[in-house]
Amino acid sequence: MTQADLIVLDQVNKRFGDHHVLRDVNLSVRQGEVVVVIGPSGAGKSTLCRAINRLETIDSGTISLDGTPLPAEGKELARLRAEVGMVFQSFNLFAHKTVLDNVVLGQVHVLKRSKDAAVRKARELLDRVGIGGQAGKFPAQLSGGQQQRVAIARALAMDPKAILFDEPTSALDPEMVNEVLEVMTALAREGMTMVVVTHEMGFARRAADRVVFMADGEIVEQNVPDAFFGAPSSDRAQSFLAKILTH
Amino acid sequence: MEALLTEGGTILAAFWMTVRLTAVSALGSLVLGTLLTAMRVAPLASLRATATAYVTVARNTPLTLVLLFTGLGIGANLGLELSDDIATNNFWLAVIGLTAYTSAFVCEALRSGLNTVPVGQAEAARSLGLGFVKTLALITLPQAFRAVVAPLGSLLIALTKNTTIALVVGVAEASVRMREMIETYGDQVIEIFLGFAAGFVLLCLPMGLLFGWLSKRMAVAR
Repeated sequence: MTQADLIVLDQVNKRFGDHHVLRDVNLSVRQGEVVVVIGPSGAGKSTLCRAINRLETIDSGTISLDGTPLPAEGKELARLRAEVGMVFQSFNLFAHKTVLDNVVLGQVHVLKRSKDAAVRKARELLDRVGIGGQAGKFPAQLSGGQQQRVAIARALAMDPKAILFDEPTSALDPEMVNEVLEVMTALAREGMTMVVVTHEMGFARRAADRVVFMADGEIVEQNVPDAFFGAPSSDRAQSFLAKILTH
Repeated sequence: MEALLTEGGTILAAFWMTVRLTAVSALGSLVLGTLLTAMRVAPLASLRATATAYVTVARNTPLTLVLLFTGLGIGANLGLELSDDIATNNFWLAVIGLTAYTSAFVCEALRSGLNTVPVGQAEAARSLGLGFVKTLALITLPQAFRAVVAPLGSLLIALTKNTTIALVVGVAEASVRMREMIETYGDQVIEIFLGFAAGFVLLCLPMGLLFGWLSKRMAVAR
């Protein structure tokens, strides 16, 4: 483990009953690195992503954030969670709060910022993701793409050290995928540390520093995008890429 | 009919007691019911078990028994005195009994409301760093409340009518006044019954309408 490793997974295992979803997973994500996790469905990509925020428990191994192992419960866990943003497939914006309040809430109740400062920051971030005009609306009044951009603003409002994206565009209509990917690409360029589970190969090529290919709960291979997409070394990756890139 | 007219003042006073008993017990039930709901979803198994046991007992015991227990058991036998004034003491004993009973139903309603809140809402809250209590208080419970406004309205109506059982603790609410009047005005029993029934309808009908309207207004769009 080098000094700049922000997220470190060491020998992580998880089972759902008989199903071994994560097998001896080792992964280190450096500060500022963008890691895109791809692979067939059921490979354990989402579980991996959720485990980093401990929304999934693990059976063995350790996950460390910035040198601190994730505790099982309690205040320390909440504190570490606040340092890592999470963007979900189904957005999960707070349905009873306005767009602005969604972005303000964590700042006020977790970071203890003043309401004024939180609102200022929220408006700034909403402008940045292009939703400034919709601040007073409720999530259900927004399109999927807009909701996901609000979710990204909500994560950014916490000044996280890293953001996890769990299939952020999979629930979107095709015409809304790009507006979300553009925001993510901009973030990647600005040096945000990101772990992105996605099926968007274009994004992986364009924005990733490293592509991690998972299958059957294992990390099968990882490489820089050009090398991975140009010449995948494993059979599993070759057949996976052949299936999705032929059309 | 004349009995109802001549006794108008005492009837109103009796219904005022019904309203007070309902209002205070409703507030108590809401607070205790919310607390019980929080306990039932708490990470601590002992809290969950305590709340589940309480709800099971309170929900399956007849209210008459609960109120007799608070009146005779807690009040007379154990000698809990909440006030020097016996009427006030009885009032609070009745509130305790009604709250103990109704809060179990509030808890069940709220818990079913919690089940309507998608699990992603709590996950998003936790991923922001909110703890159990804040996630519940800021994110999931507010949405649960909005989902069960109509059933809570039904509980309020049931509570209003249940206050008549407070007579076993000696609280002079509407049904007590009715019994007294039937003894005094034996020739007008039907009118007296109808008059008091109308009184309860007048109390409960607006509640039903209000809560129906509220439940539409407060519904969370998803």
